[in-house]
Amino acid sequence: MKFLVPLKRVFDPDTRIRLKADGSGVETDGVKYAINPFDAIALEEALRARDLHGSGEVVVVSIGSTDSQEQLRAGLAMGADRALLVRHEAEIDSLAVAKILAAVYKKEQPNLVLMGKQAIDDDSNQVGQMLAGLLGIGQATFISKLTLPADANEATCCRETDAGLEIVNVTLPAVITADLRLNEPRYVTALGIMKAKKKPLEELTPADLGVDATSRVRTLKLGLAPKRSAGIRVQSVDELLQKLRAETLIP
Amino acid sequence: MTANSTHVLVVAELERGQVKGATLAAVACAQQIAQKTGGRFDILALGHETSSVGDALGKYGAGRVYLADSSDLKNPQADKASQVITQVAKTAGATVVIAASSTFSKDILPRVAAQLDAGMLTDVLSVTAEGNDWTLQRALFAGNVIATVALDGPVKVFTVRASAFAAPSPSSTASPVASVELNSAGQPNQIKFVSCDEKPSGRPDATEARIVVSGGRALKNSEDFERLIGGLADVLGAAVGSSRALVDAGITPNALQIGQTGKVVAPELYMALGMSGAIQHLAGMKDSKRIVAVNTDPEAPIFEVADYGLVGDVYQVVPELIQKLK
Ligand SMILES: Cc1cc2nc3c(=O)[nH]c(=O)nc-3n(C[C@H](O)[C@H](O)[C@H](O)COP(=O)(O)OP(=O)(O)OC[C@H]3O[C@@H](n4cnc5c(N)ncnc54)[C@H](O)[C@@H]3O)c2cc1C
Ligand SMILES: Nc1ncnc2c1ncn2[C@@H]1O[C@H](COP(=O)(O)O)[C@@H](O)[C@H]1O
Repeated sequence: MKFLVPLKRVFDPDTRIRLKADGSGVETDGVKYAINPFDAIALEEALRARDLHGSGEVVVVSIGSTDSQEQLRAGLAMGADRALLVRHEAEIDSLAVAKILAAVYKKEQPNLVLMGKQAIDDDSNQVGQMLAGLLGIGQATFISKLTLPADANEATCCRETDAGLEIVNVTLPAVITADLRLNEPRYVTALGIMKAKKKPLEELTPADLGVDATSRVRTLKLGLAPKRSAGIRVQSVDELLQKLRAETLIP
Repeated sequence: MTANSTHVLVVAELERGQVKGATLAAVACAQQIAQKTGGRFDILALGHETSSVGDALGKYGAGRVYLADSSDLKNPQADKASQVITQVAKTAGATVVIAASSTFSKDILPRVAAQLDAGMLTDVLSVTAEGNDWTLQRALFAGNVIATVALDGPVKVFTVRASAFAAPSPSSTASPVASVELNSAGQPNQIKFVSCDEKPSGRPDATEARIVVSGGRALKNSEDFERLIGGLADVLGAAVGSSRALVDAGITPNALQIGQTGKVVAPELYMALGMSGAIQHLAGMKDSKRIVAVNTDPEAPIFEVADYGLVGDVYQVVPELIQKLK
């Protein structure tokens, strides 16, 4: 089976977010970057399926500046076979990302697109569903378990929904988006990094793919969310109850 | 284009045949937009045996309530549901399609946006619409940054954060109900529902409750969680929630997770019991009106956002709370 796994370059999840003094953007000085955690999980799942089936190919793709090569190399070091970078520097929204991925999909013809459910910078949770919609293929979002026999024409997915765990069967090819509990991604080894250097990393542009990457979402202004200030310490359960009752928060 | 061409379609969410409370936040947002732009709004519900839903949704001044009723939509999956929504949006001439944020809407609405070639925003906090100039606010980076953005294009799609919109005002006249013609032959059939382990807990949903009692890694097993967190929730008539640590450990079901990747809640009172206050957890609860934290570690970051902090062991504090509240 062939897997396509999009990887987004994002701030490391432990980054303390600061804004540039003029509010024009988020401060990137001294920030550590990582593969979006949900994408690393998606990649891990694709690698496991490929290795379990004993054959297949895992192609990783990122849309961004040349800096995203770092995350693609990390994906190759984890075990992906090939990488594609679609170079695009300007602001881009989910729909434009999905259009680029749809063009990559048509070029690569994978059996499955496995990707993160959301990017931890924009928290949009949109691209996978948009991609499936553009392609008119099935989708299973927020999955915490995937059953994918090698010769199957459908995948069984366990989805984490607000109501509980939902099981669905989705016809392949399909887009599947990973939630946090799907697996624990492997660490990159020194050997993996060595091997990654020899693996192909192709670069192209949205224009090469015939895609208009104009963003319909335009950021006008960024501000820090209002900070809560710490309140008071209470010394006992009685004092806590008295405070909460004084505000009629509890009976 | 004239300003009053704004036409909002609200997608309602049903749970066990009833309208989910959060849907009303999206209705409130639609009322605001209709009022500011001189436009109108309709509501669409998808499901099976939906007739009672028409009345419930018809109380808020919608131009029309559409019901898409079919056994195929009993547990609506994204392939069919998005096609129905797209079809209704197109035939009704909707320029805006919205729903309350949830795993239901996040699964389906982006697919609708793609089918309508519309830009989309998730979890919108506020909308300013003047004629065709729209600016919206939403949170980025686990709630640390608020972005003000423009959404271009003839059709706009977004989900709204339920806690950011107050309940809608009722209307004196009932909206007419129309049923949507469904052509089941032409429907996609790529996603097949098998099962859902949804267990009616008898407790309110954390996104709708006035009080949420939430437990973290301090709780050692599911019996303790049920006895302490569940027990306190029950004396308060509250919902329960948990940090990701407990869901990962199999102590709580995923539906209880609050945070960046779980549910976002903003109750009157949030009780954070035995959890550290990681930024990803704060993203899901820091807009609560009042926050109580109980933690053995006086330096735990949760105290930085708590209105009332108590340094103590949940295994002692919570039983005492339950006993004194009984
Ligand atoms: C991409 C990403 C997304 C994430 N999304 C979420 C999310 O949506 N929601 C979420 O919650 N987390 C999320 N996390 C995980 C998050 O970073 C934290 O790991 C998690 O919130 C920690 O849970 P906790 O506070 O229960 O556990 P811990 O951080 O281990 O804290 C336990 C706390 O309990 C205190 N304690 C211990 N024993 C007692 C006792 N007997 N009485 C009182 N206090 C006690 C300790 O002092 C400590 O402060 C995410 C992480 C990543 C990387
Ligand atoms: N610039 C990008 N490059 C590669 N993949 C992306 C990019 N942006 C989003 N994605 C993918 O889409 C998923 C959902 O992103 P989002 O809808 O932005 O939350 C991410 O987990 C990635 O797999």
